Amino acid sequence: MGMSLAFHIVFAAVGISLPVLMAISEALYLGTGRPVFLELAKRWSRGAAVLFAVGAVSGTVLSFELGLLWPRFMEKSGAIIGMPFSLEGFAFFTEAIFLGLFLMGWNRLPPLVHWFCGVLVALSGILSGIFVVTANAWMNTPAGFKIVDGKISEIDPIAAMLNPAASHEVVHMTLAAFVATGFAVAAIHAFFLLRDRRNTFHRNALGIALALACTSAPLQMVSGDFSARSVAKLQPAKLAAMEALYQSQTGAPLQLGGIPDDESRTTHYAITIPHGLSLLSTHDPNSKVVGLEHFPRNDWPNVRLVHWSFDLMVLAGSALFVLSIAVGWLAWRHRGVPDNKWILRALVAAGPLGFIAVEAGWAVTELGRQPWIIYGVMRTQEAVTPMSRIAIPFVIFTLIYIFLSVAVVLLLRRQFIQTEAPGSELVT
Amino acid sequence: MFELIVAGFMFMALIFYAVTGDADYGGGMWDLLATGPRADEQRKAIEKAIGPIWEADHVWLILIIVILFTGFPPAFATMMTALNIPFTLMLIGIVLRGSAFVFRKYDVKSEETHRRWSVLFGAASFFTPFIQGLTLGALSTGQIHIVDGRVVSGFFAGWLTPFAFACGLFALVLFAFLAATYLTADPSTERHVQDDFRSRALWSGAALVPIALIVFLTSKDGAPRMYHGLTQWWAPVLVGTTIVFALAAFISLWLRRFALARIAAIAEVTLILGGWSVAQFPNLITPGITIFNAAAPEITLRLLTYALAVGAIVLFPSLFFLFRVFKGKHT
Repeated sequence: MGMSLAFHIVFAAVGISLPVLMAISEALYLGTGRPVFLELAKRWSRGAAVLFAVGAVSGTVLSFELGLLWPRFMEKSGAIIGMPFSLEGFAFFTEAIFLGLFLMGWNRLPPLVHWFCGVLVALSGILSGIFVVTANAWMNTPAGFKIVDGKISEIDPIAAMLNPAASHEVVHMTLAAFVATGFAVAAIHAFFLLRDRRNTFHRNALGIALALACTSAPLQMVSGDFSARSVAKLQPAKLAAMEALYQSQTGAPLQLGGIPDDESRTTHYAITIPHGLSLLSTHDPNSKVVGLEHFPRNDWPNVRLVHWSFDLMVLAGSALFVLSIAVGWLAWRHRGVPDNKWILRALVAAGPLGFIAVEAGWAVTELGRQPWIIYGVMRTQEAVTPMSRIAIPFVIFTLIYIFLSVAVVLLLRRQFIQTEAPGSELVT
Repeated sequence: MFELIVAGFMFMALIFYAVTGDADYGGGMWDLLATGPRADEQRKAIEKAIGPIWEADHVWLILIIVILFTGFPPAFATMMTALNIPFTLMLIGIVLRGSAFVFRKYDVKSEETHRRWSVLFGAASFFTPFIQGLTLGALSTGQIHIVDGRVVSGFFAGWLTPFAFACGLFALVLFAFLAATYLTADPSTERHVQDDFRSRALWSGAALVPIALIVFLTSKDGAPRMYHGLTQWWAPVLVGTTIVFALAAFISLWLRRFALARIAAIAEVTLILGGWSVAQFPNLITPGITIFNAAAPEITLRLLTYALAVGAIVLFPSLFFLFRVFKGKHT
């Protein structure tokens, strides 16, 4: 399941953001009448088509997989948290319908109607992402029910949907999708622009992608700060693992990197910033932060993995933040898309960083919740299918997803090579 | 009360999936079976017909599953445990069908690779609805047993029976028939290709009769409750109406009234699924799990009903628009 989600999160992030890019581009075409924007919208929409087709298939697999792998989890939580999934179903449906219209309707719909279809694709994509993340947030901060004598009662699906972690997870994930896809798309166009500096097609493409990425990246820092404070309040064990903090202390230091050691309950070789953690988690340098020692040993997640994933996410995110400031400054000084050789090279190099941050961040939230599948309510062990050879279904689903990812990569590459020719005709 | 409404929505989604999504699988079958001097034209007609709509059609299946696990969580958990193997096989079929179709469309390197993707697309289009029929059949066999909320009949109960296989075969031929009928009426199908699909629809429609008989006969031992249901007083009425529509579809095809044939074929499929669910009612999994004992708490069902109602208000106009743009008269 973890594997499937790790793949799905990438399809989903691109699937959410590409329609945004394509709708922006078509809006620019409608506004300026310049054919380069039309060509761009068409090309991005082909990418969105491939990802959506794979996303539809992968979404089907996931919805079944929930039951095939975690029947006990679904039996308990279906009634509580099925709601956002049903809403997501409709959002996805709307996206499928309007993407079909957008892709095949270039000649059959009036331009404004066509563009509006694209906007609906982007909106419903964002909405379905929000619904799914809400369900994940519920696993972290379960709400909307009571447990009396081991039985679940007083279910309130709306309270479950609006659980305490929902708001920060939703904002953080949606922005992450924009940042990651924006920089990945920017990297591709920066690469081609490095080869041919006068190509207006790639120049405009880079401009739009950077506009999305560089506005989202600084916002993401704010949302990250907000998330950290929420996690400190809602899931102190997770925060302690993220920061590899074993002892509870006031004025806790921030530890970067290092090797957490569960036996001696210390983190070796870390760079420490005094009072840093207290400052981050409560905005008060002398506040008390709860360490792992506060929790029973068998309720600890894998501290090393969680801590390292967290640091990786922060590192990648900060690099992108710095890059987006640099890009913004250059764009403002030159009144145009920056095409300095070094900034283009940096953009190419930064291409994968966004997705590294997404995967690392996902690892933090999932691994940081272990050993629970529903935090404080149900352990992952209790939720799993009773299939005797449990490894077989896990291996099968992993293979399915590897197959799908290879398919996506091959298809997108082919798309790019195929459409390279008409793009270069637009050079002015 | 709300459990009946939610079950009704689920049943509607099932019908919509059958007459849209499963018909797309039927299209894939005819793609593999394309023969004669116009084989390539047939394939093109199929691709044109299902290209813009298959993803939307497919979402019905996701909708059925989310309604099932929100509204009837224990039924979902039991199905996914007892029928883990066929469901996994079905997912593999779905993955292969979808990706083969996309590959074939975007990966145009050579004739050779194109042909290979076509074969995979067609084969997966046969396999998937067969497994779907088989799985639905397995739910009616009464061989899946539950004690204290745990499946005790293992992972092979129900779906390896002659009845389940007969259901699979029936689903296969039914959707082949449905797809061929749609293709005769599709606005993008050309005249002589229309003739090819007309004869295919007639043949597969005729093949349904003996297979339906086999399903009925195997149900006596294989799904006793279903057999019992099908021999009630209302059964002749229902079966009779189904036969009337089947004949209507057949005659309209014969007389080349293709638009009419399409409507009759949809009615036929709806009635078959309707008959199945009436004979099954109120069981979701015969014999232990019913709509009533598997229902989620009332508040969940009530909110789900509202969500489904609002969703339907958004969905149907959009769907209508999609089909009008691509399936309406070309201007």
